[in-house]
Amino acid sequence: MAVGTNQMRKFLNDPAAVVKDSLKGLAAAHPDLLRYDVANQIIVRKDAPKKGKVALISGGGSGHEPLHGGFVGLGMLDAAAPGEVFTSPVPGQMLAATKAVDGGAGVVHIVKNYTGDVLNFKLAAEDAADEGIKVTSVVIDDDVAVQDSLYTAGRRGVGATVLAEKIAGAAAESGADLAKVTDTVKKVNDRARSFGVALSSCIPPANGKVIFELPEGQIEFGIGIHGEPGRRRGTLGTASEVVDVMVEAVVSDLKAKHGSKVLAFVNGMGGTPLLELYLIYGEVDAKLRKAGLEPVRNLVGSYITSLEMAGASLTVLELDEELIKLWDAPVHTPALRWRA
Amino acid sequence: MGCTGAHAGAALESLTLILITERVMDAATITSWMREIEASVRVERDHLVQLDAAIGDGDHGTNMTRGFEAVVQALGTDNGSPPGRLLIIAGRTLVSTVGGASGPLWGSALRAGGRVLGDQTTFDGAQLTEVLAAALASVKDLGTAALGDKTMVDALEPAVDTLRARVAEGEPIDRALDEAAQAAEAGMRATIPLQARKGRASYLGERSVGHQDPGATSTALIIRALHRAVTSGA
Repeated sequence: MAVGTNQMRKFLNDPAAVVKDSLKGLAAAHPDLLRYDVANQIIVRKDAPKKGKVALISGGGSGHEPLHGGFVGLGMLDAAAPGEVFTSPVPGQMLAATKAVDGGAGVVHIVKNYTGDVLNFKLAAEDAADEGIKVTSVVIDDDVAVQDSLYTAGRRGVGATVLAEKIAGAAAESGADLAKVTDTVKKVNDRARSFGVALSSCIPPANGKVIFELPEGQIEFGIGIHGEPGRRRGTLGTASEVVDVMVEAVVSDLKAKHGSKVLAFVNGMGGTPLLELYLIYGEVDAKLRKAGLEPVRNLVGSYITSLEMAGASLTVLELDEELIKLWDAPVHTPALRWRA
Repeated sequence: MGCTGAHAGAALESLTLILITERVMDAATITSWMREIEASVRVERDHLVQLDAAIGDGDHGTNMTRGFEAVVQALGTDNGSPPGRLLIIAGRTLVSTVGGASGPLWGSALRAGGRVLGDQTTFDGAQLTEVLAAALASVKDLGTAALGDKTMVDALEPAVDTLRARVAEGEPIDRALDEAAQAAEAGMRATIPLQARKGRASYLGERSVGHQDPGATSTALIIRALHRAVTSGA
């Protein structure tokens, strides 16, 4: 292995303060969109709470940037609760976020399916209910690499989280009520499937060491977003061969009708350049069409990452007219921004 | 417990015997237990990180150290709370500082244990058993984990079972706790061949086999710390 690949070379002042220092920078870069509540370690939309609007919050470990803080703003999240790197935030953060954004119409918690996230959000939702705030929670579990069975903690929440935050955020912005916004998150989760691959692990700043070593010429299939090994290790083939595996895994599980319109989301894990992500998208687009699906919308870039991991994930969302309209609706956040 | 006054011969011997057999534990025992845990997870931090990096995401040692440092700090500013209350404060502190899965799990466990003791100022071995049993029930309920899932339950459940059996047999609490800690350690080692069915390690499927569970490992440290706290309080 080349020198330096498993040694920590990061821009840090203090490894223990990496999350706080980064959030300070996020707030300094986007004062028009959001503010950083240092005491509660949460990112809050600048104009929150919006009276009468259903609010959306999400949260989870840090290290997945721009998720979630980079998605706070118009048409997406009202607040984000970032934990330490790869560690769920604590209930107090989610509770503070919930209180900061509740405009009286209720708050939706978007929770990625990891034991820690689920437990901490559950405690926070109970506390919020005790304070008289209407809270609903939706757990995102779109990763087809993990079978949902008695023998696992269930499927992980990965790429669909970004799509759910965008689409349900648009629903909330358009004035939909709590039940409708909640159902929109569920709808996206039900109709989305993801699968990820990695060409390297990553180095959590607090540990200073790579989580796993991948020998030359190898690839991990079925990875999550925490620098962990995947379901199996294989020989690295061509991009076309790798995308075959990704598309097959996602499409066979999604079971969309022939001719369905889909959104194809090619996501970088943090260490793979756009040069390669677009190369992957080209393969994905062609292979989805060959499989009888029509990619009418797409997203290409690093949006839900695993620090500096080299790798990519594919998320396919089966669209309908409502989802297309909500996807196209205006969004203005640090990481996603477009007009109608 | 200290001996009061000077007694002679057989009287002292029988008094000492009673004190050891029915050692009374109190708020100082809990504070000492939390300090012992903090020291232990700090020393084992890198080991826990390594175990977690193999089948999880490598944050367990860091999280437990952060949490129990906060617990020791919180208890350091406490003014004379009874032992059950101290456990509840410790549990709350873990929930509010650790995050991840271990924060809510150990936080709820200690709170459930603390509620067993209510406002009483001292407790005996049988009550300590009920504290740990309530902690175990809370972990199993919140984490929906059972024995053999390759989780902290694999260390905690044998410890509770052993403690209950030895206390019922009338064994002195320090020896009963030593055996409970041994049972936790055996349960911890027994997670190595298991395939994880809960938590992040379960995502690895068969690849989780052959690795010792980090949650079971820190649990064994926590029970061993309890044994040390009770023994050193003699």
